[in-house]
Amino acid sequence: MNAPLFDRVRRIAADVLEVPQEKIRADSSSENVETWDSVHHLNLVLALEQEFNLQFEPEEIDEMNNVEHILAVLERKLNHRS
Amino acid sequence: MNTSEVRQEIEHLVSTGEASGAERLLAELWRTEKTASAASFLVRQYEQLRPRLKLLPYRLAILRSFTVEPMVPLLRAAAFIANIDLSVQLSDFNAHTQEVIDPASRLYSFAPDSIILAVQTRDLAPDLWNRFSYLSPEDVRLAVTRAVADFRGWVHALRQNSRANLIIHNLEQPSLPNTGILDSQTDAGQRAAIAQINRELRAVCAEQTSSYILDYDALVARHGEANWHDERKWLTVRMPIASQHLDDLVREWLKFLHPLTGRIAKALVVDLDNTLWGGVIGEDGMEGIKLGMEYPGASYQELQRALLDLYSRGILLAICSKNNQDDAMEALGKHPGMLLQPSHFAAMRINWGDKSQNLREIAAELNLGIDALAFIDDNPLERQQVRTAVPEVFVLDLPSDPTYFARTVRECPVFERLALSREDRQRGTMYQAQQKRRQIEESITSREDFYRSLQQEAEIAPLRKGTLPRIAQLTNKTNQFNLTTHRYTEQQLLELAASPEWHCFSIRVRDRFGDNGLVGVVITHDQAEICEIDTFLLSCRVIGRTIETAFLWFISEHARARGAQRLQGWFLLTKKNAPARDFYSAHGLELQRENGNGSLWALDLSARRLSCPDWIRLTVLDGDKE
Repeated sequence: MNAPLFDRVRRIAADVLEVPQEKIRADSSSENVETWDSVHHLNLVLALEQEFNLQFEPEEIDEMNNVEHILAVLERKLNHRS
Repeated sequence: MNTSEVRQEIEHLVSTGEASGAERLLAELWRTEKTASAASFLVRQYEQLRPRLKLLPYRLAILRSFTVEPMVPLLRAAAFIANIDLSVQLSDFNAHTQEVIDPASRLYSFAPDSIILAVQTRDLAPDLWNRFSYLSPEDVRLAVTRAVADFRGWVHALRQNSRANLIIHNLEQPSLPNTGILDSQTDAGQRAAIAQINRELRAVCAEQTSSYILDYDALVARHGEANWHDERKWLTVRMPIASQHLDDLVREWLKFLHPLTGRIAKALVVDLDNTLWGGVIGEDGMEGIKLGMEYPGASYQELQRALLDLYSRGILLAICSKNNQDDAMEALGKHPGMLLQPSHFAAMRINWGDKSQNLREIAAELNLGIDALAFIDDNPLERQQVRTAVPEVFVLDLPSDPTYFARTVRECPVFERLALSREDRQRGTMYQAQQKRRQIEESITSREDFYRSLQQEAEIAPLRKGTLPRIAQLTNKTNQFNLTTHRYTEQQLLELAASPEWHCFSIRVRDRFGDNGLVGVVITHDQAEICEIDTFLLSCRVIGRTIETAFLWFISEHARARGAQRLQGWFLLTKKNAPARDFYSAHGLELQRENGNGSLWALDLSARRLSCPDWIRLTVLDGDKE
């Protein structure tokens, strides 16, 4: 796993989902994080867009319902950009 | 510290209850990172700190036709930084019509202090937005009329059911009109139709109290329509604004919330070298500093233009600079590139002393609380010093490129005003007269001689339509000589003045040095034989000239004439109203009781009469109830 990327995502997810950073793991998802509802999901997506200065496709947004998938989408987009 | 470490440090301070340390770090975090993620973090921390801080509770309802949920944490975070504890209620999508019309709706039971109405052109006038090419001139006319009628209906219903301030987004223009460049060739184009709705909306708001337009069209244009929108998010989650611009709409909302909550700067203190001009006057000399119509001097002239605009808005200007006084004064008075003149500055501290100390002195000289000052300085170290030593001062973060100085000042919400009174426009000259008064005060030894020498004339009048905005403004921004600090909107004042038990008076003061304008307000409430002073306030510029004594005398006589037996009033202590603390006791009112918030004072009207200072010529205008 890309550790620096995971750290950034973890910090943002913790901020937006209002949980301590330790609570965010690679397998955290809208299934097992109580605060991860649709409003928080949108906030999370927008926060990630701000942080990485990019825009997600609607399909990507649907896909990003757990941390692992978020990392995968981000890596794909960031690699594509460089 | 990296951003994660800052968060850990803040969490530590919050958990150990060190509120002021946490507050300082939170402000610093927000300065460096105005993101959705930092906003969520900040809101959570402030919610825990809440009991330890003195925050102003404020309720905001947003009626909208699109997704604004992600803006809410950003807005609440920025509000917390300004010491406002904002509760936000969102309407359901496109449910604003029902919520506005039904007096029993959740909107009104929320009892908002302000209501934002944010409706997009494509939702309110879909035909004008999408199908303009197919519309006949008659269709267009009807669509315009319908949109204006919708707005008018909403504004009227809101006004009827609520005293909240109304902030209404106007309609955005299409960036690519349906008919292309043809649209601009006629008076009957798509853009012209939408402009007409906006023009009429402005008239609808102008007829109502406490109703304001947010120029959403100009906001989008300012940031570039092509970048503002995120069409994919509009189509999927009804969120039309790109994530990079969420904060821009939030900042526009803040421009309204700051003046509405009184979180404004009344004076801007400026540095000189590399702020008002390029270079250092003590080293580069008159010839060497950069200030004029050419680059790079033009950037500094642009800033000076922005400062002149603030001056016309009634914001005082002052100087705080580390310099030799003679060098600085020569540049200020004689440099051909200077747009500002020495007379524009109400106070100056040009010395080698500590800036935070100089700022304290400037606040005292201008009779302002320290938190009424804003400060600009190109030097980040000076800014940091001021932030640490006097955290109440609003310190602007000037960018390193002077080209953006003017913009930074113009975008700053603490300089926004929702109405300009005659007093605001003349404030700069009033303060020059104030300096002359102070010189006399220093030369005359007896207080009474000083009062007589001023030749004061005061005029007391009941609330009128023409004085309403100024009276509302004073109730919202007077902090020092204010006995109860009750805040009122124009609408609340109107309703109150219409009731026979309530009286609202203002006082206007002139003296030999000039007109001070409308500077005081008293609101009283009759309850059987008791006349209670609900509000007694005086602008800081006339404190200490016995105007308050004359005003209290008038109120007591007015109450007596109405048959009141007793005049009473609370003094409610705040962080700032110490100057009013002894007012009632000094005028012979007797302490009735005290509680945690303040003290109640009363005067037995049947047994005692107050007196009016004979050095004030007092006139009372009639028309008690209009």
